[in-house]
Amino acid sequence: MILSEQKPFDEILGYLEKDKSVFILGCNGCAQSSGSGGPEQVAEMKDRLTEAGKNVTGTKVIDFLCGKALVKSELKGKVDQLEAADAVLVLTCGIGVQAVAASVNKPVYPGCDTVNLGGSRGEWEGSERCYECGQCLLYYTGGICPLTACTKSLVSGACGGANNGKCEISPDRDCGWELIYNRLKERGLLDRLAEIIEPLDHKKIMPRPEMMSTSRYALEQSDKEVKA
Amino acid sequence: MSLQSKLESGKFAISCECGPLKGTDTTELMENVEVLKGKVDAANVTDQQSSVMRLGSLVTSALLVKAGLEPIFQMTCRDRNRIALQSDLLGAWVLGIKNVLALTGDLPALGDHPGAMGVFDLDSVTLLRAITRLNEGFDMTGNELTGKPAFFPGAVVKVESNTEASTELQIAKMQKKVTAGAKFIQTQAVYDARSFEKFIKRVEKFNVPVMAGIIPLKTAAMAKYMNASVAGVHVPDDLIAKMEAVAKEDRAKTGIQIAADLIKQMKPMCQGVHIMAIGWEKRVPQIIAEAGL
Repeated sequence: MILSEQKPFDEILGYLEKDKSVFILGCNGCAQSSGSGGPEQVAEMKDRLTEAGKNVTGTKVIDFLCGKALVKSELKGKVDQLEAADAVLVLTCGIGVQAVAASVNKPVYPGCDTVNLGGSRGEWEGSERCYECGQCLLYYTGGICPLTACTKSLVSGACGGANNGKCEISPDRDCGWELIYNRLKERGLLDRLAEIIEPLDHKKIMPRPEMMSTSRYALEQSDKEVKA
Repeated sequence: MSLQSKLESGKFAISCECGPLKGTDTTELMENVEVLKGKVDAANVTDQQSSVMRLGSLVTSALLVKAGLEPIFQMTCRDRNRIALQSDLLGAWVLGIKNVLALTGDLPALGDHPGAMGVFDLDSVTLLRAITRLNEGFDMTGNELTGKPAFFPGAVVKVESNTEASTELQIAKMQKKVTAGAKFIQTQAVYDARSFEKFIKRVEKFNVPVMAGIIPLKTAAMAKYMNASVAGVHVPDDLIAKMEAVAKEDRAKTGIQIAADLIKQMKPMCQGVHIMAIGWEKRVPQIIAEAGL
């Protein structure tokens, strides 16, 4: 699940400054769950843009905007409305906006910002997060990730900023290293605290080039398949 | 006598703090340097303290060298990756800077450029290792240097913690810092000689000179603020009451007296004091005199 939130309306209006007409696209997947681009938000956006003097030529909510094949097939019945629009406003995550931009020969604008989930891969209750660092350190830290649990992502231990077990960034955030300490103590593993961990290898943290050019999403087909 | 010679020969050393200001005017800084010269062994030059953008600590440390006051170049990992940190260290040595205090650094979100990226490519421990490696003539990846430095690296530790985890984590990290190459330790401000004694007993085994941190109290409000907002600082109630009881014109005198008393109490337990005067730099000689150093 990808979390997105709608951009401020003024920012969206700014994008549309030189456009008289617009077609709005929403997504029934993550954007619908995020409350940023489902049927309800698309209808609302249509009203607000109309009120602001824009001609909304049509709207469509597609199950998964990140699937280019799906986008193309679902938009077949909307070609006239799309053609009539100066621009397309897409209420979904960055992947969906890029998939639409690759599929529709019109100026395509993002209506949402995609929120960094800090390693979360879904909306669940738990606090566990994975940084995808490519050099898992959980052996040393009692199964609590220092990169996501510590605000500074420190691997050598706590900084001096914690107060009453809370991070200096916010009284609501636990000091990740105190959580790690308590876990190690509970499991009889406090000797792990003495290990000096090498600085992180940022080559491994950066997405690999091949990962940056495909969404690897189960519903997505490769670009080759779509072309065929 | 240099800070290193003093600490290595078991003598009691005094350091203080010189914080560069925001801007290019170094008048006040250089006035403070003149007042402190000959009174302290070395002066820490803070590295954009509290993530507030200022004149940098490398350049300011070089100004101190030129003016004849030995600097302790504070280096945080907040703003530079490992390439820039190592390069600035080489630069520091070339400019005559010998003491480096390795710090992780504050979060940018707490400073005056809250949207800035916090780098933290290294941290205090891995920075100390990098300094040690440079001293050996190699960079972090093992490439040989042409000409090597001989830095005297130091680190900081928080004495007062309000959870067991925090206390233990500070001591574990201090051990790592010493293993990584720290040759001296400066502490966060201490206001209670008994907690300092407890702390010193725990870290004696690391066999590294410790300089006790002192921040002179200016007002009772300042003490209350630090208790509420500065992690690792705890001013006991009796000191706050003392500050509250004195007339406004005697506050400075009392604050300085408290600092001097603390120094006298802690002197037998440690190898130096680090006086962070926070705007009272010109009164540091008075604190030193009152403490009988």
